[in-house]
Amino acid sequence: MATNIKHKENFLKGIVRENPVFVLLLGLCPTLGVTSSALNGLGMGVATVFVLVMSNLVVSLIKNLIPDKVRIPAFIVIIASFVTVVQLLMEAYTPALYDQLGLFIPLIVVNCIVLGRAEAFASRNSVVSSLIDGLGMGVGFTMALTLLGAIRELLGSLSIFGLQLIEGDGMLVFILAPGAFITLGFLIALMNWLKNRSATTK
Amino acid sequence: MDYLIIIISAIFINNIVLAKFLGICPFLGVSKNTSTAVGMGAAVIFVITIATIITYLVQHYLLIPFNIGYMQTVTYILVIAFLVQVVEIIMKKVSPELYQALGVYLPLITTNCAILGVAILVIQQEFNLIKSVVFAVANGLGFMLAIIIFSSLREQLDTADLPEYMQGVPAALITASILSMAFMGFAGLV
Repeated sequence: MATNIKHKENFLKGIVRENPVFVLLLGLCPTLGVTSSALNGLGMGVATVFVLVMSNLVVSLIKNLIPDKVRIPAFIVIIASFVTVVQLLMEAYTPALYDQLGLFIPLIVVNCIVLGRAEAFASRNSVVSSLIDGLGMGVGFTMALTLLGAIRELLGSLSIFGLQLIEGDGMLVFILAPGAFITLGFLIALMNWLKNRSATTK
Repeated sequence: MDYLIIIISAIFINNIVLAKFLGICPFLGVSKNTSTAVGMGAAVIFVITIATIITYLVQHYLLIPFNIGYMQTVTYILVIAFLVQVVEIIMKKVSPELYQALGVYLPLITTNCAILGVAILVIQQEFNLIKSVVFAVANGLGFMLAIIIFSSLREQLDTADLPEYMQGVPAALITASILSMAFMGFAGLV
């Protein structure tokens, strides 16, 4: 029972308390780069979840075999292999999304979350907790990206997941680069505000 | 003329940070004051140029002849990680002053997606070697320009009276947004 609670805690921390985007501020390049629509954000999130879970799994499995001095290059090779797998799968099965995300798929390799979790968590924890950690972090990342994409899509083209809600043109700036920065800025401010408020009411 | 267009477009119109969203981590992380921003910018220009040349050669003399293009991501990231180490060691021996100035920023560069991003972009756009080098240097300059402007804005921001929840990253991101809007004004230039 106790371990169940621990696993739940481990999973949930990636979503709220240690959300990679809003709290840890990791992986901001794809966060800003691909979230011009909710669907793109979701697609990128799912691709990252796969890489994160698989690399956490493999790193925790072979953590005792890797000499300490070469662990970072070893982690990078493991991550890059899974990124290549995702790249080939997406090219074959979701070509439209693959074109949309473009450069940012190979760039999952340098997403600080993936390497960060491999180094900070998977290299010193058991296989099961590493899997859960990867899943939690990945889901937190996906939720943040989808939320950001949904807000930008709603304001920028008045639609959500490609579904037109109101006829007409939105504020184009939210689809373009400045909209990404400003939306994320205000979302993080909102998170801080909520956190401060709950801290003072406690 | 081609080269001029590549340079202007990479620095101003499609600025690597403000329009293409590459290298955001160092852009936000190492921009608290102008002197560190200059150091980071210089280190990026240096590594991005060498990395692009080497990955270009790897692509055309190794991956394409052996028909192993799917190994691109794995080889590139290894080349970059290796290169950063080598540059660090050589710099330490040859020019300790330069190492003093750039040393701390070098390890950070391995996970700077601007480097890998530019290396992949030149292959996607099918540039030749000279164009690739021009493109890499111009993107490095674009990064440096953006991070220097941004860091001087952030220095001013420190003294501003902001609500507690806006301090730090949120304010920085909104500043980056306004800077990005300013850069959009260059769009009609070429």
